[in-house]
Amino acid sequence: MLISEQKPLEEILGYLEADKNIFLIGCKGCAEGWESGGEKQVVEMRGTLREKGKTVTGSVVVDMLCNAALTRLKLRSYKKEIAAADSILVLTDGAGVQTVAELADKVVHPGCNTLSSGGAHAEWKEAERCLECGDCMLEFTGGICPIARCSKHLLNGPCGGSQGGKCEVDPNIPCVWQQIVDRLAKLGQLDKLERVMTPKNWSVSLISGPPVKRLS
Amino acid sequence: MKTKSNLERVLESRIFAVTGELGPPQSADPEVIRRKAKILRGHVDACNVTDGQTAVVRMASWAACLIAKEEGLDPIVQMTCRDRNRIALQMDVLGIAALGMNNMLCLTGDHQKFGNHPAAKGVYDLDSIQLVQMVKDMRDEKKFQCGEEMAVEPRLLIGAAENPFADPFEFRAARLAKKVAAGVDFVQTQIVYNVDKFAEWMKMVRDRGLHERIGILAGVAPIKSVGAAKYMKSRVPGMDVPDTVVARLQGVPKDQVSKEGIKLCIDIINQVREIEGVAGIHIMAIEWEEAVPEIVEAAGLSPRPKLVT
Repeated sequence: MLISEQKPLEEILGYLEADKNIFLIGCKGCAEGWESGGEKQVVEMRGTLREKGKTVTGSVVVDMLCNAALTRLKLRSYKKEIAAADSILVLTDGAGVQTVAELADKVVHPGCNTLSSGGAHAEWKEAERCLECGDCMLEFTGGICPIARCSKHLLNGPCGGSQGGKCEVDPNIPCVWQQIVDRLAKLGQLDKLERVMTPKNWSVSLISGPPVKRLS
Repeated sequence: MKTKSNLERVLESRIFAVTGELGPPQSADPEVIRRKAKILRGHVDACNVTDGQTAVVRMASWAACLIAKEEGLDPIVQMTCRDRNRIALQMDVLGIAALGMNNMLCLTGDHQKFGNHPAAKGVYDLDSIQLVQMVKDMRDEKKFQCGEEMAVEPRLLIGAAENPFADPFEFRAARLAKKVAAGVDFVQTQIVYNVDKFAEWMKMVRDRGLHERIGILAGVAPIKSVGAAKYMKSRVPGMDVPDTVVARLQGVPKDQVSKEGIKLCIDIINQVREIEGVAGIHIMAIEWEEAVPEIVEAAGLSPRPKLVT
């Protein structure tokens, strides 16, 4: 089970600063279990956003958000609400956020930090989508994770070895930074990449932090 | 002047700059460095010393730089994020400045997979752009990355690499802009064989005014053999070697190929010199240092300004 917790509200509101109309997504799987983005948290967030003067165009809690087929079906019934939104706020771990980013041509904001994948990698069979870094960066990378999918974990990529959409390390690996640039170009948000991303806080990540610190 | 760097002095005086490159040995032998340094001395304004290039274990860049400095070069310490976290990087930055080094080139580093220890754990705590920013804050704000202050700051000219031939091409100038925003003073590019594409990139760089804020040195390198050209074309990540380059080398008798390779290098230098915003060249004649004096002279870039550091 993927273990996540909601980001501080100020951080989420910062992401949404320029957006008035928000579509909200939660998940009945892991996020429900960890009370970061289940039914209850989605209802709460809907209220909070309205209090902050936002319009929530709609919300949905999907059974398994990381299951792309299921989520695609589910989102189809919310076409209008999603179209009316400036962006989508996803209250789940990084895998769920990336599922939505792959399916919707909308800016997707992560509402949670992923603390641990709990030994599983959700429904993405072909590759890890989340490295449990504890400080989700998907807001700045078009909903595609460079920590999990760039060979050098670059926050200011792509490196000089990206050619023809492939990673220099292995021609079978897509260059995730090419994907990030393509997606942000499609969303008209390339300016997001002009900002220098400062060094990451690895102390909250499972790879670098003390063991079993957050699960007790 | 921010530093005592000879390269900074040359760039500031608007003289077309020439830098070279020196690869340390896979051993503890200092004589290799001395021999190469003696060849390059007087022909370059500063000289990169690589830091575990292609992830192969070699003598540490800073140590080889110290020897090169004794031999009369103004060394550029290369430093990669592959092998050091922010703690180690900052310790090395203080150390190289204390040893009298004036220049540092900030790199993310070739992936460990390519080297002779592919089982190594890559670090990548920072990337090259974050490294640039950290060194600039240490130099100009006297601050460590954590925000604490230091008494004596490292006076280093800060460099970085840039690859105009990598993808996505339209984003490459934007990425250079990030390096400039982070505080870089000069960049050296990937080796230019495709001059047209390089010129196209330089136009995007000029459109952003970046050439007025930093020194841009075009990377060049002589090719020794047809095999080497083909290898670079197909096997070296991030290289762009047009068919015309391979054909030109194939078009001369075998014993003339290396000579033609040097001529080609000189031709490219003459072409990039004409491009507005190019402040110098960076000659990467790794394991062929002997070619450098000839290239510099034939390109009309001799003599170099007297070295002052």
